[in-house]
Amino acid sequence: MNLWQALEPAQLITLSICVPFVGALLVIATGKVPNLREAVTLITAAILLSLVLAITDYTFLGTTLELDVVELFPGLGISFNVEPLGVLFALVASFLWIVTSIYAIGYMRGHNEINQTRFFCCFALSISSVMGICFSGNLLTLFIFYEVLTLSTYPLVTHAGNDAAKQGGRIYLGILLSTSIAFLLFAILGTYALTGTLDFRAGGIFDDSHNKVVLSVLLVLFCYGVGKAAIMPFHRWLPAAMVAPTPVSALLHAVAVVKAGVFSILKIIIYIFGIEGLKDLVTTDVMLYIGAATIVLSSCIAMTKDNLKARLAYSTVSQLSYIVVGALLASSIASAGAALHIATHAVGKITLFFCAGAIMVASHKKNISDMAGLGRKMPITFAAFAIGAISIIGLPPMAGTWSKWYLAIGALETDKFIIVAVLMVSSLLNIAYLLPIPIKAFFSKPAEGAEPWRWSQTKEAPLPILVALTVTSGCCLAMFFYLQPLVDLVNLIPGVSTK
Amino acid sequence: MLEQHLAVLPIILPLIAAPLALILGRSIFSWGFATLVSGLAFLLSWQLLAAALSDGVLSYAVGGWAPPWGIELRVDAANAFVLLAVTAISTLVLVYSKHSIEKEVKAANHSLFYTAHLLCLAGLSGILITGDAFNLFVFLEISSLATYTLVSLASDRRCLTAAFRYLVMGTIGATFILIGVGLLYMKTGTLNMLDLAERIDLYDSSRTINTGLAFIMVGVSIKLALFPLHMWLPPAYTHAPSAVTAFLASTATKVAVYVMIRFIFTVFGIDHVFVDMGMGLILMALAVVAIFKCSYMATVQSNVKTVLAYSSVAQIGYLVLGLSLVSVSGLMASMIHIFNHALMKGALFMAVGAVFYRVGSVDIKDFAGLGRKMPLTMAAFTIAGLSIIGVPLTVGFVSKWYLVIAALEQDQWLVAALVLVGSLFAVIYIGRIIEAAYFQKLPESRSSENIKEVSWLMLVPMWVLVIANIYFGIDTSLTTEAANSASEWLFQTNSMLENKVMEGEVLEGHAIEEKAQEVSS
Repeated sequence: MNLWQALEPAQLITLSICVPFVGALLVIATGKVPNLREAVTLITAAILLSLVLAITDYTFLGTTLELDVVELFPGLGISFNVEPLGVLFALVASFLWIVTSIYAIGYMRGHNEINQTRFFCCFALSISSVMGICFSGNLLTLFIFYEVLTLSTYPLVTHAGNDAAKQGGRIYLGILLSTSIAFLLFAILGTYALTGTLDFRAGGIFDDSHNKVVLSVLLVLFCYGVGKAAIMPFHRWLPAAMVAPTPVSALLHAVAVVKAGVFSILKIIIYIFGIEGLKDLVTTDVMLYIGAATIVLSSCIAMTKDNLKARLAYSTVSQLSYIVVGALLASSIASAGAALHIATHAVGKITLFFCAGAIMVASHKKNISDMAGLGRKMPITFAAFAIGAISIIGLPPMAGTWSKWYLAIGALETDKFIIVAVLMVSSLLNIAYLLPIPIKAFFSKPAEGAEPWRWSQTKEAPLPILVALTVTSGCCLAMFFYLQPLVDLVNLIPGVSTK
Repeated sequence: MLEQHLAVLPIILPLIAAPLALILGRSIFSWGFATLVSGLAFLLSWQLLAAALSDGVLSYAVGGWAPPWGIELRVDAANAFVLLAVTAISTLVLVYSKHSIEKEVKAANHSLFYTAHLLCLAGLSGILITGDAFNLFVFLEISSLATYTLVSLASDRRCLTAAFRYLVMGTIGATFILIGVGLLYMKTGTLNMLDLAERIDLYDSSRTINTGLAFIMVGVSIKLALFPLHMWLPPAYTHAPSAVTAFLASTATKVAVYVMIRFIFTVFGIDHVFVDMGMGLILMALAVVAIFKCSYMATVQSNVKTVLAYSSVAQIGYLVLGLSLVSVSGLMASMIHIFNHALMKGALFMAVGAVFYRVGSVDIKDFAGLGRKMPLTMAAFTIAGLSIIGVPLTVGFVSKWYLVIAALEQDQWLVAALVLVGSLFAVIYIGRIIEAAYFQKLPESRSSENIKEVSWLMLVPMWVLVIANIYFGIDTSLTTEAANSASEWLFQTNSMLENKVMEGEVLEGHAIEEKAQEVSS
């Protein structure tokens, strides 16, 4: 679907970054009139989606979209290069931005949040930097937009402005900035010193002439440098970021920001190391098992959390490592699974967060133990929660099945049976900490101490919230039956295939 | 006619203007006059840089006495580049200082302030341009004496002990340099830098020369506040008037770094300093310790000016580290950082001065709630702070990029890692201040005070620097081109000297430079 045929293809990249940016400015300009401001957000999001769809069109046609913006250092600058993996991520982010915007309008008003203009402005800015990350043509560009994303989400995390928000923001910024400067920048500079280029190329930029030990160290630096991927022990920022309003947790800390992390790792592995090149490095397996450990450990931690958003946060940490593991298995099928998991986990997890926010707006409950019996008051919300949970667990007929399937096949192909076991155990753990929530909500009675006078008043959340969570849970279902376009897109990535 | 004397004008102009500023008497007149003169000096240095980049070296014989007997001024890409930064900052600080010193300096001393500032500018320009080792000492003393005066002008009486401490340490440093230059003169019988360079090579392992080198290096290290000789700097920067701190932090120590570069690369020769005397390792170790120790010190201070002062000492570590790598790219990283750091620290100290102007204190706790009361000032502080941290699209990132690349080129992976880890401290010490400004409430006791944004006369220079921080972070062509040709130039003159000694060919100092120019063109 291409509404932008009149334009030079490469200009679509510029537009996809500038449109949310201009949107952010317009949000400030229209801040006095909330209805107009929200209209600006929605229109911007719609325009962005149409742009990304046009770019997708060109990608399927095989047109290369390249753009050099400015040269920062001799022979090295900000440049963009569209490739299928980035398109996949851009599609997910821009589509879910629309849904989240609808949701956010209901949530922010229903919850009477302060500083809504700043909120919508920073939101648009972070989407703009996500687009920059998606289409980056070299590591320098990726790094720049990665840092811009960190900084533009900081005001969102600390939105509440109280002590808890300040503390959360401190951890958030501290871990993300530190890892990116100390590890990621170092790895990027090291790569530049070794190869003299930072371009993303099919098959990678390292060859046999490079010292394998140095490359192994670089791999570790890259994996930990991308702190947004939340590999243990640098995962603390993600639970800390849950002090943010729920739409932020939903879009940014289940989709845009964290996926920017794993996307970066995937992109670095495919286009800098090359899937083949990865096989010779000693640290590939080390990082693989650290990723596997993260999957299991954070699922275990999730079980201990009574706060719903905290539980979902640890579940996200665990799910992110699926993608890291998929990338590090160094097999084409596992990489495809990892790429698909970016999309399937996104719709599943955003549904869960939407539900958490809906519960908070409607009943002001944050803790799972208080939610028993709530399902009868809010059936739509909890039904959506169940759908999202099943998708995360990876059971049919939900989207999560497919990505997990490909990941497991990849692990089997490479004879990594431990990873297969980890994936299965993780599914069991997911069942243990996700499914009881809707089950208790529907089938248990409210706890003894619940205030009956408030209980009788509780009803479903405002309409925009319900619309949003119905759409995303519908996506979980639809993507099980109709995943082919995304699979086709993933198959276009060089060296990656679902067959 | 004037073009002929272009090289000497940036010194002469402020030197003559300084007493005139005193005679003008009224604060507003001396302010306007001093700003005008400084602005002229900036335009002149712009021309000088353009001339140096296109024609190579400009040599000027003071009083018509031909070098090496007379005093020679030599403008090349390296010093024209630093001169541009110095005069630019000086002009901006002067614009800024009108309101700032009204608050911080007694009214009777206002014209004295502008006089001392112009003298300091003349001294710094002289240090940069001169091609004569003794003349360099003279200008160093002019600028230093003016600086002691400037520091002691603050109305807070603690500035007097700070200035005295600075005076004692500064004088020791100057004396060391004088002794060093004296030793060189004793052995070689010349004071012209190029002449010195040539003759020092002939007396390769003379103990007198080596002692001279040691004295000069220690003396310069005091002046540039290299760890562990930096103890004078934090109190001086803390208690001096804000406008003075902004000027000194972004120029004085940078000029001292330039002096070190000049002595190492032009006078003694890198082989002598780094290979025979093994100073590379000493400088590198001190630089790394400076980065870590002083960055850490910056994180535990409560006075924001002291925080930034310690940060300055740490940044000097980066400058020295760059030159201790002994490569064109290392030197280039240092030259770029001289320029870039002037932009960041100038902006930061101006923002802090603006806070002092309104709030009357610069303790971190007094920054509470200023994010809403002084949005433009705090935004400037935040952006310049991000630049110190080294966030992409700011000049700090460019500096860090070149420095780490230079270290990696020499296979110094450990040093590269230490540089990056050291820069994380900046996240903490800048983060603390920003957090106070944006997340803490204005204390009740202050809510009655009329705290609002400062006037545009303070905001404009501050924001010019902030925008420069971003502009030169994106369009790096000017800084890299100038720094690159400066460092290549320094290396070429050096290697020409080395070659000549090996071939046993005796060339006059100036013939060598001509040859170097041929090679470079």
